[in-house]
Amino acid sequence: MPTTSSETASSKTADSPPRLEVSGLTVTFGGLTALDDVSFTVADGETVALIGPNGAGKTTVFNAVCGLVRTRRGEIRVGGVPAPSSTTGLLGAGVSRTLQGLGLFEHLTVLENVLVPLTSVGTSTGTSTDAAQEVLGTLGLSDLAAVPAGTLPYPERKRVALARALVTRPRLLLLDEPAGGLGATDIDQLAQTVRTVSGGGCAVLLVEHHVDFVMDVADRVVVLDFGHVIACGTPDEVRRDPAVEEAYLGVPVSTSGSGISTSSATGAPGREESA
Amino acid sequence: MERLVFLLSTGLARGAVLALFALSLVIVYRAARAVNFAQAAMAIVPVYVAFAVTSASGSYWLGLASALVVGALLGAVVERWLLRLVPQDNPLPGIIVAIGLVMVLQAGLAIAFGPDHRPVHAPFSQRPFEIAGVGVLSPYDLFVLVVAAVVMGSLAILFNRTSVGLQLRAAAFAPETSRLLGVRVPRMVTLGWMLSIATAALAALLLVPTGLGLDPHAADVLFVNAFAAAVIGGLDSPVGALVAGLVVGVLASLVTGYASAATAPLAVLALLTVVLLVRPHGLFAAREARTA
Repeated sequence: MPTTSSETASSKTADSPPRLEVSGLTVTFGGLTALDDVSFTVADGETVALIGPNGAGKTTVFNAVCGLVRTRRGEIRVGGVPAPSSTTGLLGAGVSRTLQGLGLFEHLTVLENVLVPLTSVGTSTGTSTDAAQEVLGTLGLSDLAAVPAGTLPYPERKRVALARALVTRPRLLLLDEPAGGLGATDIDQLAQTVRTVSGGGCAVLLVEHHVDFVMDVADRVVVLDFGHVIACGTPDEVRRDPAVEEAYLGVPVSTSGSGISTSSATGAPGREESA
Repeated sequence: MERLVFLLSTGLARGAVLALFALSLVIVYRAARAVNFAQAAMAIVPVYVAFAVTSASGSYWLGLASALVVGALLGAVVERWLLRLVPQDNPLPGIIVAIGLVMVLQAGLAIAFGPDHRPVHAPFSQRPFEIAGVGVLSPYDLFVLVVAAVVMGSLAILFNRTSVGLQLRAAAFAPETSRLLGVRVPRMVTLGWMLSIATAALAALLLVPTGLGLDPHAADVLFVNAFAAAVIGGLDSPVGALVAGLVVGVLASLVTGYASAATAPLAVLALLTVVLLVRPHGLFAAREARTA
């Protein structure tokens, strides 16, 4: 399924620029190089996952795309033009994101939470409510529309955060660990939603620890380690890549130094975190 | 019994003004997490303008409209060009600036218009209606109650049923998240101040004919009681401001009637003390504090 949608999308957008294009991105924090010459693209209708051990720089890429960290070198283009640095500019460019820690308005209802991103674009209240109700319906949240978001259990709160990101009908959706903290049923449902969204032509970039979910949902996987892209390709290609096995999947390679395998073992796939 | 009915009904009318003034404090507190200690002075400036407009034009309603407009403008100016320049990391600089603003505004009014009381006529009779021989509300009291109800209803609709209201509420409780979702938070803070001072100006305008008249300090006691009411209700609760405003108004009226006018402020402070001891966050405060 994901393969088909990526093929149609890439043939469709062959002559137009990718929705997101990151080229030569370098970010330093003081003396520490968090990202070094990172390049990748996300086409319309494509789902790309950023994976890598803790501290590999996944979240930094995400923050750089959102304009939250200063880049030292390199360029980020959205829809062929340099990415806007302001929040409103990003929203105007069709970029939507979920926030780390969800960032729900606890005291507002589920419906109101989903309405907030629409207030700044100036759609009429009636149209906004219709759009919000539609997204809530898609995510199975209709019955909870009038409930204060702060009272919901965690999986529902995550769905509200996703609904809030989807309600503006983004062309580029950035998801920060969407599967984290979810059980198997919720993850299946989330994968279904991501497929539907990318099937509609939206480019999806997600940062995720949950390897099974990534392999299930992503068209391409970008593997980061110590700020470098060490692999990029389809889930199958990446899974077979020896460099990935060594650095990320924690399989010790006999010829390499033990230091690397020890450190990568500590950063092994986040099963504990997602349990 | 007759006396009780009279005191209750006038207490309600005074309470409605108090509730409006307390609501004004709540609006600013929600928007900027600050208690506006300059509220009394900021509210009385537009009343002077209304007074001037009414004497020049002969229309009370034109004066009332100008008080609302000038109040909103004053709120915007003070927030944008004064309070925004004050460090926000702790509340003390803002409070000191507000106290300074009170002195500047009240001294400025005294210089411009003189420090004396100016008699202000109510647009309606202040002689109470009599029902079965018992004096109850005056037509002016009724007018005050209706205006207060209309303003509170409009504010409730604005905050709960409109896009701007949703942005105001979102920005008040989680400014950083709101900003990331595209809400123009600084604009919302300014708008909160405009709504607040316009409401306070209206409350002061309604109060002035029932007191000694218009002078630069005419709203000072109103502020003290409204502050008590806002804290009793819970500083971020509009419903709390309404209920506590009416309760404080009725309490002050009853104590004034049965004991003495001098005892009323003590009764209000006693109520405030009891509420703070039992429910330190006020009667209607939201359960949780705001997030980042």
